[in-house]
Amino acid sequence: MCLAKVSLWWHFFFGKECYCQFYLTRFYWRGSKFALRGDAGSACEENLIKRMEITTEASQVNAYEHDRDHVRKVFRSMQTSRILENKLGSLYKAGKIVGGVYLGKGQEAVSASLASCLTKGRDIFAPLIRDQAGRTAFGEELIDCTRTYLGSVKGPMRGRDGNIHRGRPAEGMPAMISHLGAAISLVSGMLLAKRIKGELAGVVGATCVGDGCTSTGAFHEGLNTAAVEKLPLVLTIANNQYAYSTPNDRQFVCQDLVDKAIGYGVPGYSVDGTDMLACIKVMEEATAKARAGGGPQLVVASMLRLTGHGEHDDGSYVDPDLRSSGLGRDSIEVGSSQLIEHGFASAEEIEAWAVEAAEVVQEAVAIAQKESAPDPYQDDWAAFSNPANIDFHS
Amino acid sequence: MSDMTYIDAIHAALSDAMEQNPEVFLYGQDIGKFGGAFKATKGLQEKYPDRVLDAPISEDAMAGVAIGAAIEGARPVLEMQFADFSSVAFNQIVNQAATHFYRTGVPVPMTVRLPSGGTPGSGPFHSQSMESLYAHYPGLVVVTPATVADAYSMLLDSIKMDDPVIYCEHKFLYRWLKSKDYQGDGLPIGKARITRAGKHATVVTYSAMVHEAVRAAEMLQAEGGWEIEVVDLRSVKPMDTDTIIASVARTGRLLAVGEAFPWGGVTAEVIARVSADGFHLLDAPPARFNARDTPIPYHPKLWAAHRPTPEAIAQELRKLLNY
Repeated sequence: MCLAKVSLWWHFFFGKECYCQFYLTRFYWRGSKFALRGDAGSACEENLIKRMEITTEASQVNAYEHDRDHVRKVFRSMQTSRILENKLGSLYKAGKIVGGVYLGKGQEAVSASLASCLTKGRDIFAPLIRDQAGRTAFGEELIDCTRTYLGSVKGPMRGRDGNIHRGRPAEGMPAMISHLGAAISLVSGMLLAKRIKGELAGVVGATCVGDGCTSTGAFHEGLNTAAVEKLPLVLTIANNQYAYSTPNDRQFVCQDLVDKAIGYGVPGYSVDGTDMLACIKVMEEATAKARAGGGPQLVVASMLRLTGHGEHDDGSYVDPDLRSSGLGRDSIEVGSSQLIEHGFASAEEIEAWAVEAAEVVQEAVAIAQKESAPDPYQDDWAAFSNPANIDFHS
Repeated sequence: MSDMTYIDAIHAALSDAMEQNPEVFLYGQDIGKFGGAFKATKGLQEKYPDRVLDAPISEDAMAGVAIGAAIEGARPVLEMQFADFSSVAFNQIVNQAATHFYRTGVPVPMTVRLPSGGTPGSGPFHSQSMESLYAHYPGLVVVTPATVADAYSMLLDSIKMDDPVIYCEHKFLYRWLKSKDYQGDGLPIGKARITRAGKHATVVTYSAMVHEAVRAAEMLQAEGGWEIEVVDLRSVKPMDTDTIIASVARTGRLLAVGEAFPWGGVTAEVIARVSADGFHLLDAPPARFNARDTPIPYHPKLWAAHRPTPEAIAQELRKLLNY
């Protein structure tokens, strides 16, 4: 009786061609209501949810499916980001950076593989706190990063905002605010404007959030709204296991964040965020589906944050078992092995790229360090574009 | 030409703005086929099916969508069903929209319509006046039209403006206030208007309280020949300090009246500016009069005693005139 009702519901969701009662293997009872999940490999579930197990094995995807130049671009963005972030960490410890330093160590693969599927000038990319690799892959100049961290008046934020709160909205890269989930509806609005102006065809808007963001009202409202408007949004959750110091089990109780996709009626993908090739494959698919009119796509990439919340935080609360698990792999080490193993690049090439990246990073830091700090006597102190709206003249 | 109401003027401004600029679009709950809770968008979706969009009950996302659309070059006009519900969108409005130009140099040409203020029987959550909260944040223009003509011209001006505008329209005026002239005098946002000239005291007020202040002034005129000047701020941010000071220079006495809660806010700002810049002009301590410091009550009898009424304003003016 129960199963019959269940399979009707399942039919409704996943289409008539699935005979899902054969695939339902697990029931989870919660109070008087029951929640259902299909098998991870269920044929019908693949219509909406694609899951990839986290293992310590090599990539689960076939490397021959990948475009060589694309893979190399993703890796180089990851590598440059890591070298830049190591430098930022040193500058912070040397007292050269005022304010926080927030790094994306461990999340480079997911961030870079998402942004490398986007084209600056056409698509929209709204990075969050741990998306240096994605910013680089999207085409943000390193000097924007160093100028913003070091407070140069020549940076995109001119000293008015700092660190990761930077962007170039006119070039399709909004500047994040600290309130989590706020960019989901923002990117949706940017896409809606393109639709109204007749410029939406073939465009994708992407943004990144963390596991903690999934608890916010903004996440719910934003994803639901994008789904209602069927906007080409790729929403990526980097589940790095901790929101600042709060572990997943104090953040949510659903078994897998990707299950949330079902509730919003959007396709969901889960992927091993430490596996560069797997990330690239998933992001290519998700962005292609969104671009082709498939509406919002939810990607959940799992990994461990390989750093504190910020450089002020040593992350001592992180469970040591997680560090030694598959989640604790360093995506750059995994990516490097994958490049060599599948012949995308040689070890010598990777080493040469690192030297090149270090030089570019050093130059970006040196330039920004020499530049002037903002001058309070020169700032126009204008929060309005129209001078007639200025109420307090200071 | 037949009489046009305040809500007709809002409807006309939305319709004209959409006609004039294909980048203008409307977003809000129930605004499509239904025409909005107050019918401000009636018939517009039939005319512009792609530019009048019903939103889910998600004020945060609605505001986020409007901000994103605005920075991408569209001109969204967001309808909050009631000003009170904009509290759910507060984060997007004050942190995303208000900070955007200062941080990035890219303006946010968004208009947020807030059906504001009390009406009998509306209670604590459908009666609020939010202008002081938004005016507190740098980067937001906050307008409070009190007349049919201002409802029309200030909405058009708000939509044309590159900075985000919080447009506080008063629900009590929607159908009660009528005028044959809705084109008005073309006074820009940021300029106050002398609604009624006088010489014995100045009432500085805005939105629906302009009409209550004028009634109080008429009572005092009939009662003792007092000539009370009424200044309609029109926009509370920017605030037209010059017009306020000039009026106080003529009358020597100031009463600031507002429908919002008493702690801080627009009336406190008016008093602060006059005290700082026009102290020497005052013949009596500047006074202010607001709603009571409780949630807005439901019952019409309590509600009428919660907000400033013409009788209560007149009583405050008598105290000021007798000082």
